[in-house]
Amino acid sequence: MEASSLTQQFFQQLINGISLGSIYALIALGYTMVYGIIRLINFAHGDIYMLGAYAGYFATTFFKMSFFPALIFSMVVASTVGMLIERLAYRPLRGAPKIAILITAIGVSLLLEYGGMILVTPQPRTFPELFSTATYNFMGLVVNSQQIVILVVSLALMFILTYVVNHTKVGKAMRAVSFDTDAARLMGINVDRIISFTFAIGSSLAAAAGILVGIYYNSIDPLMGIMPGLKAFVAAVLGGIGVIPGAMVGGVLLGVIEALVSGFLSSTFRDAAAFIILIVILLFRPAGLFGKNIREKV
Amino acid sequence: MLKVENINVYYGAIHALKGISVEVKEGEIVTLIGANGAGKSTILRTISGLLRTKTGNILFEGNSVATMAPEEIVKKGISQVPEGRRIFANMTVEENLELGAYIRSDKPGIRKDIDKVFERFPRLGERRKQIAGTLSGGEQQMLAIGRGLMSQPRLLLLDEPSMGLAPLLVKEIFSIIKEINASGTTILLVEQNANMALSIAHQAYVLETGRITLSGSAKELMESEEVRKAYLGG
Ligand SMILES: Nc1ncnc2c1ncn2[C@@H]1O[C@H](COP(=O)(O)OP(=O)(O)O)[C@@H](O)[C@H]1O
Ligand SMILES: [Mg+2]
Repeated sequence: MEASSLTQQFFQQLINGISLGSIYALIALGYTMVYGIIRLINFAHGDIYMLGAYAGYFATTFFKMSFFPALIFSMVVASTVGMLIERLAYRPLRGAPKIAILITAIGVSLLLEYGGMILVTPQPRTFPELFSTATYNFMGLVVNSQQIVILVVSLALMFILTYVVNHTKVGKAMRAVSFDTDAARLMGINVDRIISFTFAIGSSLAAAAGILVGIYYNSIDPLMGIMPGLKAFVAAVLGGIGVIPGAMVGGVLLGVIEALVSGFLSSTFRDAAAFIILIVILLFRPAGLFGKNIREKV
Repeated sequence: MLKVENINVYYGAIHALKGISVEVKEGEIVTLIGANGAGKSTILRTISGLLRTKTGNILFEGNSVATMAPEEIVKKGISQVPEGRRIFANMTVEENLELGAYIRSDKPGIRKDIDKVFERFPRLGERRKQIAGTLSGGEQQMLAIGRGLMSQPRLLLLDEPSMGLAPLLVKEIFSIIKEINASGTTILLVEQNANMALSIAHQAYVLETGRITLSGSAKELMESEEVRKAYLGG
């Protein structure tokens, strides 16, 4: 009896972890793609996720959109803002010392967080219920409709992304720029345009994560991006920063570990788990699970 | 076809090219020879738009390309096979060739040209789905040349294509260069292997620490006392 209830709890936490983890994965993809292409940890990325959640909030409340139009709307808004940030804040610093760009990214992050507070007030808002909550029981496990939506949407987005990166012209150009920027230029690739495109894609995935979290937790606020942003960064490092499948696996893995820690140990250790993983990875396998020893760009 | 006029190029405080002028006539093979560090690659990188000249001009078919972005220069018809090959080692042979055709959108034409590359380099055809990083040095150089041809350039810049290859492969590469030229592509060839380069070129320039010290027909240079001593081993 004791053993079977433990197994059951394990699988229950696994389900919770996978749905939370696919959110981390969506955000982690933006970190990893931007890092892959310009070797920048875009600290403002978590705030783009927040912005996406708000865009989804306004789309569903003011414009009365249903889930899918709101998802598309918020992805478009976030990708536009992401491209603008790259254009206005990062591109002028191309070729500047890395630390200058890193500090700028932190500045952009603070601007979005506190600018967001001025625009939409610091008060948390209740995300509208876009799906009637249904819970499904099978074999003693509980899955709710939000978890299913999260899983389906994030899997679909990751599938589309994988297809774009591997099989389309722009995806090949992204890989080329990421591997060797000057060689990519010699192929006639407009590198600035590819960088813009990368920010657009990464931001739109973060926005999708923002809406999904809004649906899951029902509550959004201007600082909601900080913690998931950091966690997704850990997920990207865990998978191997710059490696796209790594971000997906790293995100899901982190979500599962967190769920197991809060289920079996204590939920107060949940946040600590992510950072312990970060430290362990940096100590023993800095290239991450899927990382090759990527040669540093000169 | 190409006129490089009095260019001065710097890396920060390093004055790498000091008033270089080079001319390439349509249909020719022109070679730039010189020791390591003379500035050969810098010339090619400047022509391709990766570096900027402070003075002078670069004219391609009468139009200045000196301030154009690299991708615009490729569209004008200048393609470069860079030093050290710089293939995309994490992608397949075929993907490398597709990237070479990035500026084009005529899918059937691109297909046909990929097949042409495989005809020219049968070993690449056998390995079309293989990751490029797993190819041998010679195969990688062939891939780099094939990739450079995929944009259908009228002028092909080759930076030390024989570097690091066994003598037999060097011969093969040079005969391929001659073939490419014979099929209508003008070539600017940078080499440290002066002997081989002069043997296939029409015109030649000798570069020393950022300056052109000698120029003339390849035949003249091959016979010149100075060149024989410095670059041809006596
Ligand atoms: N990225 C760089 N930064 C600083 N100096 C460079 C750089 N690349 C080349 N140089 C210098 O410019 C000069 C010419 O280099 P290069 O054009 O590569 O010569 P070559 O191709 O003839 O061997 C050399 O003195 C080299 O040290
Ligand atoms: Mg060189």
